[in-house]
Amino acid sequence: MKLSWWKILSILLIFYTLFAGFLFKVPALPILHETIRNLYFHVTMWFSMIIILFVSLWHSIKYLSNFKMEHDIVANQAANVGMLFGFIGVTTGAIWAKYTWGAWWVNDAKLNGAAITLLFYLAYQILRGALDEEQKRARIAAIYNIFSYVMLIVFLMVLPRMTDSLHPGNGGNPGFGGYDLDNTMKLVFYPAIIGWTLLGVWMMQLGVRYQKLLRKKWNN
Amino acid sequence: MVNVAVIKSLVKREIMLEFRQKYALGGILLYVVGTVFISYLSFKNIIHPATWNALFWIILLFASINAIAKSFISESKGKQLYHYSLVSAQDYILSKIIYNSALMLLISLICFVTYSVFISNIVQDNLFFLLSVALGSLGFSAILTMVSAIAAKTGSNFSLMAILSFPMLIPLLLTLIKVSKNAVDGLDRSLSLTYFVVILAINVIVVMLSYILFPYLWRD
Repeated sequence: MKLSWWKILSILLIFYTLFAGFLFKVPALPILHETIRNLYFHVTMWFSMIIILFVSLWHSIKYLSNFKMEHDIVANQAANVGMLFGFIGVTTGAIWAKYTWGAWWVNDAKLNGAAITLLFYLAYQILRGALDEEQKRARIAAIYNIFSYVMLIVFLMVLPRMTDSLHPGNGGNPGFGGYDLDNTMKLVFYPAIIGWTLLGVWMMQLGVRYQKLLRKKWNN
Repeated sequence: MVNVAVIKSLVKREIMLEFRQKYALGGILLYVVGTVFISYLSFKNIIHPATWNALFWIILLFASINAIAKSFISESKGKQLYHYSLVSAQDYILSKIIYNSALMLLISLICFVTYSVFISNIVQDNLFFLLSVALGSLGFSAILTMVSAIAAKTGSNFSLMAILSFPMLIPLLLTLIKVSKNAVDGLDRSLSLTYFVVILAINVIVVMLSYILFPYLWRD
């Protein structure tokens, strides 16, 4: 089995994240303490999710400009992987919140933003399911995808400004941002984002190849 | 580009169609009054401002989904083809948005009046409350017009329309509830201005997105 360089890089970076994430020294901050290590697994999920959903958006725009089915397949698979990352992000956040805040879910701008993101992409999948004809499905799903991504970005910028948030990094809580993130953490944090994103791209690529094979089989 | 004369005649046509089948307009108005009456019977009298405000917006939300859901579904394939050959897609979607906004303004006004009559009016700053209701109606109608165009393409039912529009409506709804709550409590007007700017910005973005994306949606 021969892997391309970026797949090997992805494996190495994820192993690095796992080891360094649990073993390296982290700054001792109130409230967070050792749970600050969740930064490498929870926060990075959101970064990777937004990047992969952007890939989905990009291919939806490409589809509307040249109507090639490959773009639709990529857009769909990227949305799937993005949604998976979103679910993992919510889960890791909920586990953290249960131990720190004492509840799985609180009414908070950031958490609501996450829930709305998932709602968007679940609705996207339902819309795809409701359309039978291939070309029509690709076109309408692409339109909904573009519409929802733009709205999503607007809301993720607007929502947190509406209220004070309990979430680390907001309302005076220590967390991700500026001076709280020291250099050791950056040394793990940025490679972690790259590692998870590459893994996401890898998963997306497998999905795309599978879908293309299916399409070939049905066409014959 | 935008042709004002064409848009004017398209809006005129919508109004004529609406008056030709009065039961549709009557139906939606009765829906609003009926919902308010049921709420009145269930709640009796609401004195808690947050509950009063939230209930008002939820009634208005479902009324608007109901009112606008039919705006594309009711048109037959042949009629759409006929319009396609006559006017540009941009003019068409703008005329729909303008007409639906006017319809929503009427509906929300009637909703406000009946709500005040049955469940008392506890608003302290009526002008700003009505302003938020007006801006909210415009926002709802802009989002729902585009979503109903998407949902109509699937040829399916009301529930798909609701699923597709919820994630887009939630952030707008949260902002509206926030700003109208300020008006209910009679807070200083300067506190609400930024929220109005946010709502206006969302409305502008939605209209622009519809303007760009609708031409792709239209052709079959």
